Amino acid sequence: MTAPALQKSSPVAGQVVLDATDVTMRFGGLVAVNKVNFSVNEGEIVGLIGPNGAGKTTFFNCLTGLYKPTSGTVRYLGKTLKPQPVAVTRAGVARTFQNIRLFGNMSALENVMVGRYCRTSAGVLTSILHGPRYRREEKETVEKSKELLSFVGLTDVGDHLARNLNYGDQRRLEIARALATEPGLLLLDEPTAGMNPQETGEATDLIFAIRERGVSVVVIEHDMRFIFRLCDRVTCLVRGETLVEGTPAQVQSDERVIEAYIGSGPTHANKPATEKSLDEEAGA
Amino acid sequence: MQAVEQLLQQLVNGLSLGALYALIAVGYTVVYGIIQLINFAHGEVFMIGAFSSLTVWLALFKDNTALWVFPFMILAAIGGSMGVAVLMERVAYRPLRNAPRLAPLITAIGVSVFLQEAVRLFYGDIPGFPDATQALPFPQIDVVTGTPINVAGVLVQRSSIFTLSALVICTIFLYYFINRTKTGRAMQAVSQDPDTARLMGINVDRIIVIAFMLGGGLAAIAGIAHGLINTNIDFRMGFLAGLKAFTAAVLGGIGNIYGAVVGGLVLGLVENHGPPSTSPAGSVAARGKTCGPSRS
Repeated sequence: MTAPALQKSSPVAGQVVLDATDVTMRFGGLVAVNKVNFSVNEGEIVGLIGPNGAGKTTFFNCLTGLYKPTSGTVRYLGKTLKPQPVAVTRAGVARTFQNIRLFGNMSALENVMVGRYCRTSAGVLTSILHGPRYRREEKETVEKSKELLSFVGLTDVGDHLARNLNYGDQRRLEIARALATEPGLLLLDEPTAGMNPQETGEATDLIFAIRERGVSVVVIEHDMRFIFRLCDRVTCLVRGETLVEGTPAQVQSDERVIEAYIGSGPTHANKPATEKSLDEEAGA
Repeated sequence: MQAVEQLLQQLVNGLSLGALYALIAVGYTVVYGIIQLINFAHGEVFMIGAFSSLTVWLALFKDNTALWVFPFMILAAIGGSMGVAVLMERVAYRPLRNAPRLAPLITAIGVSVFLQEAVRLFYGDIPGFPDATQALPFPQIDVVTGTPINVAGVLVQRSSIFTLSALVICTIFLYYFINRTKTGRAMQAVSQDPDTARLMGINVDRIIVIAFMLGGGLAAIAGIAHGLINTNIDFRMGFLAGLKAFTAAVLGGIGNIYGAVVGGLVLGLVENHGPPSTSPAGSVAARGKTCGPSRS
């Protein structure tokens, strides 16, 4: 899909894209996310790891406005994000889900076209009357959506209903749909869950290619080999708090991370954890 | 030969009644598809449509039954129904968006009673308007009402032709709207997964309002059709018609727009083929005239 030469091309720390300060999310007495500070620079791929239940997905939900954080602020390109999904998407943050959430009864192409919704301006009346501006916009929507489908390698299945696609294609379609919102930052929640090593490799290439398009990426994953190969920086969350933050090498060798996962050496440690999560994903 | 004609006659009558149900049923199904709410006040949206139309006629065109008046009556009905539908969403349902299912359902019944009583009590208070506690005659517009058309021995009421063509046009419009426009795509997305739709930048509240407007518009046309078929309207007309249309929507699989259309037609046919076609009394044309949601 993408030349391996791309891989180590841009860990250039540009300006800060995302800056979350002291984000806390409480559900009654449970503190799911506790004063997490998190930042992403332009062109970076940042990994978010941690055992199941560490609050990774909850943190994503806080970033994307699905949850309103109990306290703390999230800034995107210096501007505070309102905790509303529509506002977050318009600002330029997109995401995918741990358990795929496509619009199953729509075609793959239509799914991507829905993603373009917030970047087109035609109102209800214009779209019913098919005015010239609407037609121009709609044509552009179709073209861009097709371009995105071919970018993720789904050109041939554009007409298929999303629910009929195979698992790996559904994952890629979800990424295409997220990219259709023209994000500057893409949040991927376990993009390789349930994938075999070859598919995981393709996903790695895809994410590098996404960065080449000028999109910063945050990835939640349990597959440590994937994370350490992909990311410029890694943050480890445990019980809603930041345990360690640093380069993959630093995090990989940090004893607290190892302990949080299993309590033995890293290469042995992450494997059972990975497999466990894979099983859960497959069952979900 | 006569038996065949009679069967065809019942078919035509049933279809026109069914078209009426179908137009209302779409409103139930669209709203349910988006927010999983059975809007039991939808029958009243239908009734308000008929009354809005009558109101405009009484206020501006009294005693004028020329065809050119008819578009204004249709517009008034659509405006009135959409207005009421949007208002009930804003005032009654939106505050209950995250409440348990039963709360909006009960509220819908409350809204229904409120609207019926509002028309019953206050319609006559408008200066120069008749008291609406009993049935009011609906203007019989030229061309769309009058002598039935004889098609090979089958009498087709002009109002039936209006109702059926309205249904055909509305169904084509709906297909086009849902599948060929950006807003329609957004509606599909919201009905399948509202949270994800939000993350695509879709304003879910606006889509819900559009769903209510869509249902309201079709109910308004059904309201006029009812007025033309039955020659009069009253404040209770929405209750039974609404209930039957709801049945039609369920019959077609609630949430499925084309199902609602088919469900409505089937219900109309079945209802019309029950007692009347087996009873020997009365002329077929007369039965055609009296059939309508408020008959029972």
